[in-house]
Amino acid sequence: MDLLNAFVALANFVLIPGLAYGSQLALGALGVTLVYGILRFSNFAHGDTMAFGTMAVILITWWFQSLGIHLGPLPTALLALPFGIAVTAAVMIFTDRTVYRFYRKKKSDPVILVMVSLGVMFIMNGIVRFIIGPDDQSFADGERFLISARTFKQMTGQQEALAIRTSTAITVVTAILVVAALFWFLNKTRTGKSMRAFSDNEDLALLSGINPERVVMVTWLIVAALTTIAGTLYGLDKSFKPFTYFQLLLPFFAAAIVGGLGNPVGAIAGGFVIAFSEVTVTYAWKKVATYALPDSMAPNSLLQLLSTDYKFAVSFGILLIVLLFKPTGLFQGKSV
Amino acid sequence: MIVVDDLHKHFGGFHAVDGASLEIRKGSITGLIGPNGAGKTTLFNVIAGVHKPTSGRVMMDGEDITGLEPHELFHKGLLRTFQIAHEFSSMSCRENLMMVPAGQAGEALWNTWFGRKRIADEERALRAKADEVLEFLTISHLADHKAGQISGGQKKLLELGRTMMVDAKIVFLDEVGAGVNRTLLNTIADAIVRLNKERGYTFVVIEHDMDFIGRICDPVICMAEGKVLAEGTLAEIKANEQVIEAYLGTGLKNKDKIA
Repeated sequence: MDLLNAFVALANFVLIPGLAYGSQLALGALGVTLVYGILRFSNFAHGDTMAFGTMAVILITWWFQSLGIHLGPLPTALLALPFGIAVTAAVMIFTDRTVYRFYRKKKSDPVILVMVSLGVMFIMNGIVRFIIGPDDQSFADGERFLISARTFKQMTGQQEALAIRTSTAITVVTAILVVAALFWFLNKTRTGKSMRAFSDNEDLALLSGINPERVVMVTWLIVAALTTIAGTLYGLDKSFKPFTYFQLLLPFFAAAIVGGLGNPVGAIAGGFVIAFSEVTVTYAWKKVATYALPDSMAPNSLLQLLSTDYKFAVSFGILLIVLLFKPTGLFQGKSV
Repeated sequence: MIVVDDLHKHFGGFHAVDGASLEIRKGSITGLIGPNGAGKTTLFNVIAGVHKPTSGRVMMDGEDITGLEPHELFHKGLLRTFQIAHEFSSMSCRENLMMVPAGQAGEALWNTWFGRKRIADEERALRAKADEVLEFLTISHLADHKAGQISGGQKKLLELGRTMMVDAKIVFLDEVGAGVNRTLLNTIADAIVRLNKERGYTFVVIEHDMDFIGRICDPVICMAEGKVLAEGTLAEIKANEQVIEAYLGTGLKNKDKIA
């Protein structure tokens, strides 16, 4: 029995990856929840918008790399991020002007806007594959590890290693900064308050002189920033592949719904709930169990509840449970 | 001030407003009465820009305002309140009021980052104004309460307060008295009369409480089945044969309201 090593293994394979994945999901789910709260529809194009934003960042990163611009130990992508956000924001506002606004003016039902977003999704999907191709792209550079497995072992003399990758650290730090900035914006600035007011009670917001087109535009700007950041962090942490980004739509929606649609705090909590459930259910617990239990009880099997191929089943399962028993989510959002 | 000319609003085959024409005089407190389903609220919604009329025109001070968006009408000084009080439930009463004036410096994203001082000055002024309004409405003690948690009647007062944050010209009040106790109703009536006298607001009031109408409204317009039946003082309206028929004709349960 060796509880310390058990904990190190747990942290290395469950806690830290869960924290990074949770931060990425939280940022993505925040985008979903903002669109739902203010534009009042479920944006199915969210995953592919994220792919588009990340693609923009990757292309700019490659360009910077070819010019010999680097950020030292940090990935060059961080330098490209603001430009990627600007490009994505321009595309989203263009999409809103040409597509969504038409249906908004007609006061279409939310379900029609959902279908419209489905169309936008297919187009974005096509554009991204047309430009960068359907394959895996790696764009991470700079230092790979903050603390590598070997350094950790040398430092502590433990059998198990705790490796902290640069991308993980960047993900968590960036997520905290972005969330803090977002909440400051929503709670302290006049524009943020208008957005909250608009989400809370659209009729009243209109009759208080709040210009809906402004609120919608600011929302798209923020969503563009959130998705591009989330996508870039995910791409740095794992890798970029358009189809994977499309698939992330499910955990995003699961996270937003678990937390309560339209509620930003809920989206963050939901992101971590989904991430940790996914990681714990698909992790093979054999190693941790071997350390934690007395030798006589050491397991023979892998102790893996679900193969990683089925990880989306976890989001789906949580989604079903929440919709059945608490449709407004943990933080009392709007019911679906 | 407001002239409504042969206004129609159809929802499918249902003619909610069916050729209503009326005029609202500047500086008046006009009462709008009529049995349930007479089209009063729909008329409000069309004038206030929530619904587009099927046909007809709405003029304000000689200007055609038919089909303008609610926030555009707001800038022209046309405000309304709701039958069921609306509020930004997660914000405090003070914040609710401070939301109101449009075109605040903090609305521009640029100022959010680089115009902090201007925003701070403006917010201070707004805050003072909001506190003054709360004082006027005798709900100062609720300033920091979440608006979602105050009583229905207090929400109605808050709605009235919202119209006081800007220089409104005309305010449409949809059933201000519904579900409000007598004492609070008197406060609301006093506030309406004072705003009318001191600030020159024109009011249009939908109300079922005839005492309330009789106390503050002149003239009174009676609607039924989407049309304007009669206009005059409350006494004249009560004596009008057509009006009595409209109330009794739609079912005897409305009888007590006219009596």
